[in-house]
Amino acid sequence: MTEFFQSLGMSYEWAWGVATISGILLIALPLMLAVAMIIYVDRKVWAAINLRRGPNVVGPFGLLQSFADGLKVFLQETIIPSAANKGIFILAPIVTFTVALAAWAVIPFSATAVLANINVGLLYILAISSLSVYGVVMAGWASNSKYPFFSAMRAAAQMISYEVSIGFILVSVVLYAGTFNLNEIVMAQKGHGFGIVNGYVFNLLLFPMWVMFFISSLAETQRVPFDLTEAESELVAGYQTEYSSMSFALFWLGEYANILLMCMLNALLFFGGWLPPIDWAPLYYVPGIVWLLLKAFFFFFMFSWVMATVPRYRYDQLMRLGWKVFLPISLLFVVLISGWLMATGHYGAAA
Amino acid sequence: MIQTIAFYMFAVLVIASAVMVITARNPVHSVLWLILAFFNAAGLMVLVGAEFIAMLLVIVYVGAVAVLFLFVVMMLDIDVAELRAGFVRNFPLGIVIALVLLAELVLGIGAYQVGAIELGTPMASDAPAMLESNTGAIGALLYTKYLFLFEAAGLILLVAMIGAIVLTHRPPKTKRGHQDIGKQNRRNPDEATQMKQPTVGKGVEL
Repeated sequence: MTEFFQSLGMSYEWAWGVATISGILLIALPLMLAVAMIIYVDRKVWAAINLRRGPNVVGPFGLLQSFADGLKVFLQETIIPSAANKGIFILAPIVTFTVALAAWAVIPFSATAVLANINVGLLYILAISSLSVYGVVMAGWASNSKYPFFSAMRAAAQMISYEVSIGFILVSVVLYAGTFNLNEIVMAQKGHGFGIVNGYVFNLLLFPMWVMFFISSLAETQRVPFDLTEAESELVAGYQTEYSSMSFALFWLGEYANILLMCMLNALLFFGGWLPPIDWAPLYYVPGIVWLLLKAFFFFFMFSWVMATVPRYRYDQLMRLGWKVFLPISLLFVVLISGWLMATGHYGAAA
Repeated sequence: MIQTIAFYMFAVLVIASAVMVITARNPVHSVLWLILAFFNAAGLMVLVGAEFIAMLLVIVYVGAVAVLFLFVVMMLDIDVAELRAGFVRNFPLGIVIALVLLAELVLGIGAYQVGAIELGTPMASDAPAMLESNTGAIGALLYTKYLFLFEAAGLILLVAMIGAIVLTHRPPKTKRGHQDIGKQNRRNPDEATQMKQPTVGKGVEL
């Protein structure tokens, strides 16, 4: 894109600046729209499973419900508790929202459509997702209130626990792909399953890793059944109890942007990203972004499905699952996968 | 031009937030400033082309160490006045540490002017790998030239981990509060409940 702006007669620096900013806007604005629509989808799926109608009043089929909610929230008064730590209280939702958006910089939407095609893309995502705990912890502490603080403590422990197993799962994908670059990881999945299907999930060694990754991504985004940070039966609304108006909306948007990111990662790392599901030439005429969005949407449906069917975990069960089940299994599979790769002579092919 | 602006932005932010770490009155604020400093240091590393180290810095320090730090500091009930009293008492020790650090800085700058350090000089077999991405280059060095040091570091970490577990692990003294997950999962309605048909006016014997 820089070349395009340079051809309009700008100097390199200006062209780079304008290209970067327009690239950011090209990702962030559709993402915000997608978040608004995906909240609607979430509520509709949830309602359908509960045999309810869900939002159906605002706009055709209730499609504009999220925008109505957004407007309502925007017009509310922002309340800052008098005992709160004002600076951090205001900063917390901003951090949550910014971090949720920042991770999207390295997501490849097709072979060429990626804002920052860096070599350490997957590490970048891991780094950014480990930052997202700060928004919650800061909010919980700055509110100076019991329940938000409990929620912040839970969030910190939960996210650290599941990040460990997510790290090992990503390592096993990286071992197969031989790179941290997300585009190259997608390309490495081409024809991976018997030369017919694209995606690491068709690999017998990586399939269990995908199952664990899916469950860990539920825990990482604090979705049901791991939504102990905002368990409404115990903690009112968790860390966002004291928040109102736009600061509340920023938490909400950040949370769903993170959920979409995790859906995208499921699609990119295990289901062939922007490659069509079957390695068959005519399917490549469909633009890659369509496949990617379809896959991500499928995973979002699974997220909603889980939300509507599964009861909440108890906190000690959550910790047990993370540390005593996922961590040993993922560690075992890292060893198994690297052993398999050594035995079959993949080692050294990419390095 | 862009690099210059980015460098000065990161550099100024690192120093400013480092100063704020020691001047902030609230310990939680100090930790948050420290996180900002880590983050900007990672930015500086990206600028010199060490993106792998930069990402590790964020993952390890910001994502894990600082979270635990924040965790502990938030739960402590810290009396600022008491800390001030400690400041006067520990002042001589602080001066000594400051002097040591100053001496190290002077030595470091002196050593810098002597010439480049040839620590990571690759062996002939590693040379092609060095031309690749810096993740590959670090891997090639760690698993060939510095293999022994790398494994020794791993062993030390393992010992530290086991030590932490040994220090904190207490076997349950009584059965109270102890859960047998397998036993809980094996329970079924037939053995966990009894059907009783009490007649009117009589209680139930369990």
